[in-house]
Amino acid sequence: MPVVKTVELPLTRQEDVVAVRQRTRSLGVEIGLTIVDQTKIVTAASELARNTVIHGGGGKATIEIVKEASKQGLRLTFEDCGPGIPDLERAMQDGYTSGAGLGLGLGGSKRLCNDFAIESKVGKGTRVTIARWKA
Amino acid sequence: MERIPILKMGSFLLVTIQVDMHDQLAMTLQDDLTARIVSDRASGVLIDISSLDVVDSFIGRMLGNIAAMARVLDAETVVVGMQPSVAITLVELGLSLPGIRTALNVDRGMELLRAGNNGDSNAGRENG
Repeated sequence: MPVVKTVELPLTRQEDVVAVRQRTRSLGVEIGLTIVDQTKIVTAASELARNTVIHGGGGKATIEIVKEASKQGLRLTFEDCGPGIPDLERAMQDGYTSGAGLGLGLGGSKRLCNDFAIESKVGKGTRVTIARWKA
Repeated sequence: MERIPILKMGSFLLVTIQVDMHDQLAMTLQDDLTARIVSDRASGVLIDISSLDVVDSFIGRMLGNIAAMARVLDAETVVVGMQPSVAITLVELGLSLPGIRTALNVDRGMELLRAGNNGDSNAGRENG
């Protein structure tokens, strides 16, 4: 899948989550996503970026403008080298949380995107990739 | 320290969130508002989120916490001005903000608070 533009951002502090939201928004505007689609991917980005900072012990976000056939979209990857998620199936369920959150982050993010993929190895880390395509 | 300003108008507290809040800033607002409800003897809190282009589960939880804490302290909370795209996203995310009263704009929010002040203390508490 051709990548038109790549932006890499660190995710170590809470403020970095804000930067990821803002960068995702500006790239969404750049490719002409509707305001609703922008808001959906930015919200998903916020949930996943926070997971990287809090549960993953920090990591990085990669935001890309990608092209497939004639359509354009945003693809976001969140990577950490944290403890990993032992039970992915359970982690994806709404309401399940290992921390103090609402447990909506993973399942909710999936609903807000067109593509969603998660890989996690206990003791190694977690990588989540999402994409939202221009309608 | 960075803070969201809280204004007092009569017996109500008004907050307009105009910055993209990081989590600690949201937590500070929650604590500040709770303290001010008591110190200012406020009977209502109006939170204007019309400038927010994203409300994620953390901010949603903060709004819910403020409403719940205010209720315990005998104050009503109204969240006003939510952008349509935010409403669509919140519901899809799985967050329907139960227990939070909302109004389209500040005028309507103030009306709700004033109506609540006139003795109808159960208005909008059906979810409770």
